[in-house]
Amino acid sequence: MGKLERIAARQDRAAGRGPTRRGVLLTGLGSAFMFGFAREASAAQTFPQNSSLPGNGAFEPTVWCSIGPDGVVNVNIIRAEMGQHIGTALARIIADEMEADWDKVRITYVDTDPKWGLMVTGGSWSVWMTWDVFRQAGAAARTVLVEEGAKLLGTSAASCVARNGRVVAGNRSVSFGDIVSHARPTRSFTPDEMAKLPLKPHSERRLIGKEVRALDIPAKTDGTAIYGIDAKLDGMVYARPKLPPTRYGSKVVSVDDSEAKKIKGYLRYIVLEDPSETVPGWVAVIASTYPAAIRATDALKVTWTPGKTANVSEKDILEHGRKQIAEKTGGTCVFNDDGVDAAFSSAKQVFERTYTCASVLHYQLEPMNALARLQDGKWEIHCGNQWQSLFLPVIAKALQVKESDVIMRSYLLGGGFGRRLNGDYAVPAALISKALDGKPVKLILTRSDDMQFDSFRSPSIQTVRVALDDQKNLKGWQHHASAGWPTRVMAAAFMEKGADGKPYDQFAIAGADHWYDVGPMRVRALDNDLADATFRPGWLRSVSSGWTPWAHEAFLDELAHDLGHDPVEFRLSLLTAKGRNAGKAPDSVGGATRQANVLKRLVEKCGYGKAQLPPDTAIGIATTFGQERAMPTWTAGAVQVHVDRKTGAVTCQKIWLVLDAGTIVDPDGAMAQTEGGALWGLSMALFENTEIENGTVRDRNLNTYTPLRITDIPEMDIEFVDSTEKPMGLGEPGVTTIGAAIANGVFNAVGVRLRHQPIRPADVLKGLSEKKPA
Amino acid sequence: MIKFKLNGRDVSVDVPEDTPLLWALRDELDQTGTKFGCGVGQCGACTVHVGGRATRSCITPVSSVEGAEITTIEGLHPEGEHPVQVAWRDIQVPQCGYCQSGQIMQAVSLLKDYPDPTDEEIDGVMGGSLCRCMTYVRIRKAIKKAAAAMREEKSNG
Repeated sequence: MGKLERIAARQDRAAGRGPTRRGVLLTGLGSAFMFGFAREASAAQTFPQNSSLPGNGAFEPTVWCSIGPDGVVNVNIIRAEMGQHIGTALARIIADEMEADWDKVRITYVDTDPKWGLMVTGGSWSVWMTWDVFRQAGAAARTVLVEEGAKLLGTSAASCVARNGRVVAGNRSVSFGDIVSHARPTRSFTPDEMAKLPLKPHSERRLIGKEVRALDIPAKTDGTAIYGIDAKLDGMVYARPKLPPTRYGSKVVSVDDSEAKKIKGYLRYIVLEDPSETVPGWVAVIASTYPAAIRATDALKVTWTPGKTANVSEKDILEHGRKQIAEKTGGTCVFNDDGVDAAFSSAKQVFERTYTCASVLHYQLEPMNALARLQDGKWEIHCGNQWQSLFLPVIAKALQVKESDVIMRSYLLGGGFGRRLNGDYAVPAALISKALDGKPVKLILTRSDDMQFDSFRSPSIQTVRVALDDQKNLKGWQHHASAGWPTRVMAAAFMEKGADGKPYDQFAIAGADHWYDVGPMRVRALDNDLADATFRPGWLRSVSSGWTPWAHEAFLDELAHDLGHDPVEFRLSLLTAKGRNAGKAPDSVGGATRQANVLKRLVEKCGYGKAQLPPDTAIGIATTFGQERAMPTWTAGAVQVHVDRKTGAVTCQKIWLVLDAGTIVDPDGAMAQTEGGALWGLSMALFENTEIENGTVRDRNLNTYTPLRITDIPEMDIEFVDSTEKPMGLGEPGVTTIGAAIANGVFNAVGVRLRHQPIRPADVLKGLSEKKPA
Repeated sequence: MIKFKLNGRDVSVDVPEDTPLLWALRDELDQTGTKFGCGVGQCGACTVHVGGRATRSCITPVSSVEGAEITTIEGLHPEGEHPVQVAWRDIQVPQCGYCQSGQIMQAVSLLKDYPDPTDEEIDGVMGGSLCRCMTYVRIRKAIKKAAAAMREEKSNG
């Protein structure tokens, strides 16, 4: 806590004000980050106040930052803060290029406004997609400050440099604040002008790549951080949804609230009419407190005609996918190289395996919630969200108003992991408020509601096959993957076009389009329409790169063993960096060479093939390119596992990761993201999964849903390759190798090959019993 | 009217007796640092101290704390400088931060019982606190750092 905050805290205590008020007041005073501007200081309300920044004589060379007469540099952050300390990383980029004094940098998480362009936080994109524009914005600010500073110093711009928040000429200097207050610069830049500004070389970087303390962390240690669920407005009522039996197609037949009326605080129910068709069949229960809303919802009796998917099971979806894969037609080919069919028709041998993955729930710790109201003719939606540009129009459609009449106010997210890319939870809040003439209403899903209609990771089924000639050389490769397609369901316009010109969901196949040289390739994505009809498939941390490597990296291991090759040497022999795998500037300079490099470094670190390990204990290896071919974070992962032959339990004892993500902007943030990602990978491989039963998920809380806990963590050794290349993403790559590495490790430990994720003790025991004694 | 002491102040709430303490704290007393996670006492996000002991406020009826002393994250230290909070910042533990009030309250309670905790003791006590960002490695480190700082403070004091 800074000095200002201490003083304010003392004043608050003297005035008998509670800590929440303290937090509210301080956000406007000395805190390092703000939301949409200073929070209202009146007693009972907690929300971002709509006052205007920068104002007060600040210089705003671009929309991205401003410099105040007091020297404070404000950086506008359009990305959601959900644990990745993204504001800190992005502000470092702008401040470095500007030569700002880091101690004077503040960040503001902004509300929606068309001027920000695409507001989305996902795909590990934030640093990668902001890198150029924020360096340019920093250069724009520096250029003007140097010009104006030079005039104040009575010299030429050429004889000045900017350093640490000052413009310096020899032994004289002037601060950015004094430049702004005396020269009052007003010059602004168009995107074209910005793109032409000279940028600093890597050798001149003074903040990027250096250790820094994340600006958002202090408030997360003293209770003052404000999440969507903490929003509070005068006159607010609470709501909980009564959810229909199926995600789609359920129709309300009757509602009986005679029991609900006995709950103190119950106000009424509303059968939601939703022109956006986001929440069909939902009934909302309104109460004066949230506990009353919870109880009244339990007491409310609703009968529905269920939708068609009321009896669908996980097995039905996987079997549907299996049939899709067996059909030669259908789906979209991401790669469909000339010669692939010939390679298979002339093959001496075809080696083929099929892999499945179970449904995985987000279980972000803050349950879905949103607060909506009509204020001064505008619909305000208060919530944490990852894709405002996608859902603001949906909210407008639900309300039957213009998009310009809707604003989404930004809050911290109590976990994203892709769940809040889907803003479906904002729609019912808006509809309820509309039914109540614009009154503020906070909708919160209980945990069981949240899980029942999570927008979860679809179950998937994948078949990989290779064509081998009589010398056992690889002559062709096919990878077919079937899963629900979140992007078709929620954001069809964002789908990419395949080699055959047909649209496909890149987030349900990315990762399969690998960098190995395996002859002509066909990579085919299949939309599991039964999945899409049964639930709302979601984007979940690493999206398909969390499960496509599960198939091809386990497959390569199996193939290597079958061919009598060492799995690592085999992979290295395929990472030739030829043809399309050569890579290109600026994103994939070096191509597959960099993937080979992280794999070699990993092997050195973990002692694979050399370490003497106890019985039933082994190291497994996998390698990926992170999230996307167009934005590769070269990743190699190893795990040391032990298999208990009596119980079938697999224990992960250690994880090693080597990643080449180009320039690392915020080293500690990069490490934290990778630690968390790796443990997500482990959790999905060994600890957590659900299954669809009767059209919805089986698990409704932590009594049966069992994500990894502190007891389960292995030792971790994570290393980043020192690089000056363009930064790629790090929110998700940590996940991508772990599942396959564990499967490969289990095989190395006890010779059992498992092709369903998660790996459950029963599967291990079954595998051990089926294995012939040596 | 149910009365208790919250962060050193006398407070009273006019809610049904079976109202979970969590919602009384958050919605009636505006102490939103304590979080709603699972609602069934299995994630630990709602952890507060009742009479100095870590307690899951989401399954604690407010009537059961009549007359008790409750401490929430907001009242742990007047300036947010409890050694556990300091260690949490030094080690840069929080990611999304949503579980961290509960983690910190649980850790403070742990250190009362185990001033020099082993990994096993940490696991035993912290195993009930879910962190979905998986900051566990750092939670462990920060607890040990805070423990050392608190022992130091004690030996100096």
